[in-house]
Amino acid sequence: MKGSLIILSFFATGLLLGVFRFIPISWASAEVSFYVLCALMFSVGFSIGHQPDTIRQFRKIHSKVLFLPLTTIVGTFAGVFVVSFIFKHSTTELLAVGSGFGYYSLSSILITQYKGIELGTIALLSNIMREILTLLFAPILVRWFGKLSPIAAGGATTMDTTFPIIVRTSGKEFSIVSIYHGFIMDFTVPFLITLFCSI
Amino acid sequence: MLTGIISGYLLRKKKLGFMNGLILTLIWALLFLLGLEVGMNETVVRKFASLGLEAAIIAIAATLGSVIGAKLLWGSIKSHKQ
Repeated sequence: MKGSLIILSFFATGLLLGVFRFIPISWASAEVSFYVLCALMFSVGFSIGHQPDTIRQFRKIHSKVLFLPLTTIVGTFAGVFVVSFIFKHSTTELLAVGSGFGYYSLSSILITQYKGIELGTIALLSNIMREILTLLFAPILVRWFGKLSPIAAGGATTMDTTFPIIVRTSGKEFSIVSIYHGFIMDFTVPFLITLFCSI
Repeated sequence: MLTGIISGYLLRKKKLGFMNGLILTLIWALLFLLGLEVGMNETVVRKFASLGLEAAIIAIAATLGSVIGAKLLWGSIKSHKQ
């Protein structure tokens, strides 16, 4: 929990500095984030390779785990469907938002293109929040919903930004599941968003 | 990431305790940059309050739905093992 609060405070600090323009605009380019993400991916890959046991442990995991991306998609849609009736946006529009699965950069760009800036902004905020929810509540999720739940909550981010917290809360033996899940989800995001925006 | 796995595997004999700290620092940097990006986008800042609530409810519903799915799958895996 303490770790998550530190993470959130970094986000909040960045947000405030951005709002009040304390930092030159060029810092906030997607390029800088991309290089930091590359460095993160390298470090995560490094720590996996550093423990060859991880890959061996995957064989012990049940083959049913391969269905995890499917339950994540179905569960997400069921959740969004239930709440969609209280908003003025249509159910399909909101299912498109939900289809971001935490992949806020791609989903917000795609949805802005198809449906305009307002729904695009909702997609950005909603998917950032999903990522933050996962980072914050991963330890509680493990306790209440089992060890696969932080991976399901992380959606498409489970092989990059939420990967380290998943490994810390679910255990190292779930790192391959997490990467597999993130990999599959990443591919479904543009497909499902395009589908729901064109219905 | 692959480069990382390979170099990590090659250096597996060495003790590298600082890696976890480095990963955490990089996550902090990434979240900081994300906040910066959101804060500097004026359209998002102006609409933050009105659209934020809708986004939050969707995010919570989506996350809750998916973790319930995961719980069901986890339950079926565990019962299969016994």
